[in-house]
Amino acid sequence: MKTVLYVLLAVCVVSLGFWAYHENYKTQDAMAEAEAVQTRIGDARARLAVLRAEWAYLNRPDRLRDLAEINFDALALLPLQPEQFGRVDEIPYPPVQTQLPLIDPATSEAITVEEGSL
Amino acid sequence: MIRTPLRPLARILEARARGDNPDAIERENLAARHEAMYDRDRGRAESRLFVLGLCFFAAFSTISIRMGVLAGTAPAEPTVSAAGVEIATQRAEILDRQGRILATNLETSALYAQPPMIVDPARAATELARIFPDLNAAALMEDFTGKRKFLWVRKVLSPEQQQAVHDIGEPGLLFGAREMRLYPNGALAAHVLGGASFGREGVSAAEVIGTAGIEKMFDDRLRDPARAAEPLQLSIDLTIQATMEQVLDTGMKLMNAKGAAGVLMDVHTGEVVAIASLPDFDPNERPAPPTKGNPSDSPLFNRAVQGVYELGSTFKIFTVAQAMELGLVNPDTIINTSSPMQWGKHRIRDFKNYGPTLSVEKVIVKSSNVGTARIAQQIGAERQQSFLRSIGMMEATPLEIVEAKGGKPLLPPRWPEITTMTVSYGHGISTSPLHLAAGYAMIANGGTVVAPTLLRHPAAQQGARILSPETAAAARQMLRHVVTEGTASFGEVAGYEVAGKTGTADKPKETGGGYHKDKVIATFATMFPVSNPQYVLIVTLDEPVNTTGPEPRRTAGWTAVPVAAEMIRRVAPLLGLKPQIEPGRLSDITLTSN
Repeated sequence: MKTVLYVLLAVCVVSLGFWAYHENYKTQDAMAEAEAVQTRIGDARARLAVLRAEWAYLNRPDRLRDLAEINFDALALLPLQPEQFGRVDEIPYPPVQTQLPLIDPATSEAITVEEGSL
Repeated sequence: MIRTPLRPLARILEARARGDNPDAIERENLAARHEAMYDRDRGRAESRLFVLGLCFFAAFSTISIRMGVLAGTAPAEPTVSAAGVEIATQRAEILDRQGRILATNLETSALYAQPPMIVDPARAATELARIFPDLNAAALMEDFTGKRKFLWVRKVLSPEQQQAVHDIGEPGLLFGAREMRLYPNGALAAHVLGGASFGREGVSAAEVIGTAGIEKMFDDRLRDPARAAEPLQLSIDLTIQATMEQVLDTGMKLMNAKGAAGVLMDVHTGEVVAIASLPDFDPNERPAPPTKGNPSDSPLFNRAVQGVYELGSTFKIFTVAQAMELGLVNPDTIINTSSPMQWGKHRIRDFKNYGPTLSVEKVIVKSSNVGTARIAQQIGAERQQSFLRSIGMMEATPLEIVEAKGGKPLLPPRWPEITTMTVSYGHGISTSPLHLAAGYAMIANGGTVVAPTLLRHPAAQQGARILSPETAAAARQMLRHVVTEGTASFGEVAGYEVAGKTGTADKPKETGGGYHKDKVIATFATMFPVSNPQYVLIVTLDEPVNTTGPEPRRTAGWTAVPVAAEMIRRVAPLLGLKPQIEPGRLSDITLTSN
């Protein structure tokens, strides 16, 4: 009986040790992964900062003005003028769309649809 | 342990036989027992104290060892925690009011050399000189072969240059990481941003410190690691700033001026939407301050904030507004304007003679020095000074750039009556265009003081009330008439109801003593739209000459006003102001009797 107990205890200790080491390695792996992700985030942020700087540089007003002048033939862009403001009532309402009548394919006759039945 | 009895029978009997007191034996034994108990307790207390001391020793040594370790090890970034990933740069960005970048950081490299590690110094020197034309191959060769162990070659490299240096393949040429400040818009808003440079430099990193402008003013805040991820948002609008600089630059060239300044300010919030001073510079390569000549001729000089000038007739509206507020005059009061006006040994004259009398409104519309001086006489020196002080004309503006402290107004040392009279039409007192913008904003917003600010501040300022809303409205109406029928007729912009006042002041001679005959500062101070003013615009030209006519014209009406009008035409739509159709002027009521 005692031997069984000792064997069981030994198995228990070994399996606990195995579990503990396993958890330890898992933690280390997770930390290494977190570090790698952290580095990637840092790199992505650095890249984002460069792209933002480049975007701002490419969109600087001087350059856009020059581009608008160079491409005047194609785009005809001019500075915003006071006359370009409009009022809402200057815009015509979109014309009412008249729908074509539904046609019954069997008889090729128009089906009259009651108002509100659709 | 065998407990010794207090009264041992043998000794008691012995003592009784001798006739001694047996109680003495008891007391003796009791004393001996107490002694033993005392010794035991003492020993126990001592051992407890010793254990306690050990505990304290252990605790303090743990703390001191930990402190020693913390002090002795290099700082490490926390790698696992989620916090801390926001910090990407060492200096916070600066954005405009719509979130567009005005200043950001760029990762780059510095190039240094370690001559002992250089394999082929001659080739390294020639190749470097080829990549960087400003380097001298012979001087580099001398450095590389001399006794030096370390030298900086370049502070910042572009990625292309870095690749080219890499391609030399020299092991003694090394790169250090650098973060540099980048102003992607070039010279735009240069005077506001100022510039930045490297502070303390190490091989692997260098501090970036602000050297001027808002970069220096908010250096601590921008470098605070806790707020590095939080950009500093300004009230400047990139598009409007660009438009202002373009129009001002064109205007400056057309009017043959040597400098120009412009300020556009929100009259309710005090936000400066655009502020320009020409000539300007590129903050990416901030030039060194001039060592000789007049510092105000340097492009580094901010004419809008640091430049204090006698702004001339633009001040007249303050005099008239104060007189109306005090109840001394109303717009129709008739003022004696016979020119010249003799005052002691001084003589005040108008640009031309406007006749013997004018109404107060006409004094402003025609810009009569004599009329304004007479009104100022009624106000008196003391009230005039307190009025100017309350609208901030007596001290430097609180604008958030370091240069603002340098824009302290030049005030007359004494304030006799003749000074009151000259100050009333803007002579004898020198202020910056920004001071004037703040003063006009006060009139425009209905009479409350606003302090100009460069930070985004969407809520209206609740400043002290200087003028009643009625007085401010009357003053605005006069300014409107200056544009419709007075000296600023070129200032009319259809749909924007421009109101404003011109000012032309002769420049004082740098050597002192009198004024130049043919050098003026022309200013147009304006607000729009006058029925509900939103913005104040100040345009100042330094030594302008309009040569389109048969003879050169220097007055603000011919120089600053057309520039300001063009600026309003361009800027107002960008500000989202819709042109309004102005209500026609009511026909005058004619008194009749029948």
